[in-house]
Amino acid sequence: MMHITHEAEERHVLTITVDNEAGILAKIAGLFTARGYNIDSLTVADITENHAVSRITIVTHGPPSQIDQIHAQLERLVPVHKVVDLTEIGPYVQRELALIKVAGAGEKRVEALRIADIFRAKPVDTTTESFIFELTGAPDKIDTFVAIMRELGLVEVGRTGVVGMIRGTKEA
Amino acid sequence: MMKECVVSEERSGAKILVESLVKQGVEVVFGYPGGAVLPIYDALFGDERLRHILVRHEAGAAHAAEGYARSTGKPGVVLVTSGPGATNAVTGIADAFLDSIPLVIITGQVPTALIGSDAFQEADTVGISRHCTKHNYLVKDPADLAATVDEAFQIATTGRPGPVLIDIPKDVQIASAVWSDAAAQRRVRYAPRTQGTSEEIAQAVAMIAEARAPVFYTGGGVINSGPRATALLRELQAKTGAPVTSTLMGLGAFPADSADWLGMLGMHGTYEANMSMNQADLIICVGARFDDRVTGRLDAFAPNSQKIHIDIDRSSINKTVRVDLPIVGDCGQVLEQILEGWGERKAKDLSGWKKRIDTWRERDSLSFPANANAIMPQLAVQRLFELTRDKDPIISTEVGQHQMWAAQHFHFFGPNKWLTSGGLGTMGYGLPAAIGAQLGNPDSLVIDIAGDASIQMNIQELGTATQYRLPVKVFILNNEWMGMVRQWQELTYESRYSNSYSDSLPDFVKLAEAYGWKGIRIENESELDAGIQAMIDYPGPVIVDCLVAKESNCFPMIPSGAAHTEMMLYGDEVAGTMDDEAKALV
Repeated sequence: MMHITHEAEERHVLTITVDNEAGILAKIAGLFTARGYNIDSLTVADITENHAVSRITIVTHGPPSQIDQIHAQLERLVPVHKVVDLTEIGPYVQRELALIKVAGAGEKRVEALRIADIFRAKPVDTTTESFIFELTGAPDKIDTFVAIMRELGLVEVGRTGVVGMIRGTKEA
Repeated sequence: MMKECVVSEERSGAKILVESLVKQGVEVVFGYPGGAVLPIYDALFGDERLRHILVRHEAGAAHAAEGYARSTGKPGVVLVTSGPGATNAVTGIADAFLDSIPLVIITGQVPTALIGSDAFQEADTVGISRHCTKHNYLVKDPADLAATVDEAFQIATTGRPGPVLIDIPKDVQIASAVWSDAAAQRRVRYAPRTQGTSEEIAQAVAMIAEARAPVFYTGGGVINSGPRATALLRELQAKTGAPVTSTLMGLGAFPADSADWLGMLGMHGTYEANMSMNQADLIICVGARFDDRVTGRLDAFAPNSQKIHIDIDRSSINKTVRVDLPIVGDCGQVLEQILEGWGERKAKDLSGWKKRIDTWRERDSLSFPANANAIMPQLAVQRLFELTRDKDPIISTEVGQHQMWAAQHFHFFGPNKWLTSGGLGTMGYGLPAAIGAQLGNPDSLVIDIAGDASIQMNIQELGTATQYRLPVKVFILNNEWMGMVRQWQELTYESRYSNSYSDSLPDFVKLAEAYGWKGIRIENESELDAGIQAMIDYPGPVIVDCLVAKESNCFPMIPSGAAHTEMMLYGDEVAGTMDDEAKALV
């Protein structure tokens, strides 16, 4: 009998600077599917005044040898200028933004607001029966907040995915 | 006046494309017209500078361009229409991608305004080709064409070569833009690393100098780097004395008549090549990529060796096998650096190592049983080699047993003479590749060594050779089976021959004649030499239908999932079955 085995995996945050041209996002996302790599989150926006260059942050997980291959395969794409593995070279800052809609009344509503305050989540929309909170932080902070809100009337969650940057004075 | 001057420089996108191709030094374009490329075909009409070769199917265009590129070292150019034209070419594009062959493919596209509307003959060519091209473009403005073509050729031919596709909507071919004869403004964004650092080179020299049992393991990268890399490999080998083996793609980089030539390695490689890899203390990998066909079972691959890996593509390094010293760079340039670093050093005495290799050679792993009743296919290839040897022929192949027999029993002495689909393993490659090679080398003897099944996959290209009076030869080892499929079924599925019999084969001699070729049938060993000689002597294209022993197997063979030391040789007992882990491997 044959069984499928799995290797130990690591989570890595990669930032990729690319030419902001048609199809580049499909190229990068497609590379991950074509070669069987994982994408946990992906964010992209242009970062230069003339809109010529975009920065993509990808959170991935896989065995260390695969992470190294991902790095090399990304660098192989012609429109890719630079790939930085923040997890590898760290320390780094990672943040994402979430919108969290919570509905409820009475004690649960008060508790939701109180906990939002502890997490420094900001109410950006309110009705008499609901809030939308805006929360910024590292992914685990948002995970924790969402887990608590699940018990207090969570309706829906939207997350941007991670953007990351190396700490200190220099560009990575 | 000024305004008039500018207007006079305006040209249609189609004309700009043609000018740009001419400027790149393109002489031959392999293509097939259709609705979405009519403006380009009109621009080609009567233009003497570009020779257009009309194939019979777009797959043939891509493979012919590959054959042209592999045999000349120049990029191959393909021109096809949108939709089915582009999708038909995809197999050849994927083939070029896996074997690192420089191609520039021009595809027509429906007009910009119709893109995404499921228009007639619309396909998402850029999307479909995204993962089988090195890079691709959709050009939306004729003003961008010149720079795009310029960059496409740079990307296709430098670094690790590969196919680059340019998709051009029909309205962009018709619309005009200012065209200037000056060099296109190229963006500087693609600059592959070509040389090793001095530390890497010093370490490589030290490792080679220290090794007691070194092996050069060379691949297609040496060929792709150009003839100079081949010369430098031979020079470094002479200085170090290390024996040489090669992948399927690298055959010809090292001369097969050298005493230090081990033959091809891998699944159907020689016993001495695979045992040398297994027992080596240093493997110097030059332009090869530790492919699964080469390594066999990974945890048993070259267990006691240090490894140096020279490759222009960083992603080839540590992909399947971890190496001790990676050097990212062009094979030729890095070999030159190592030679410089080696200087006047004396080679270590390797006589003990070579004695061990000689004991492996004594196994005579390429031997095959004599057969009084039928021509052994290996013998047919040997005779073909001996009788054409003085003509330094270019050999293409299809894919299967005949391909491996050709790799084992035909011998090569220089680069760019061996054209075969290695990575993708594309049946139907050989005939169009031979046509492309013949166009690039009009005075050479070009032979496609084929199988009865593979040849039918692009048989329509017989017409192309007829039209352009190309004297290509097709030598079919006809055993009435998809031989390699049948062999695997014999060895792993207890001889349950599911759909591998070549039923209803055409009469290849009559087929040849129908296309205006000469047809020769060889049925007995006594006719073999005369048949081959008649093929060589005929000034036009020839199909030789050589009937061979029907159920010969290609040995030696490393079964999938096995180690280099577990080779099956002719006459070994074969269980006829395999466990599921081995079956799951390709």
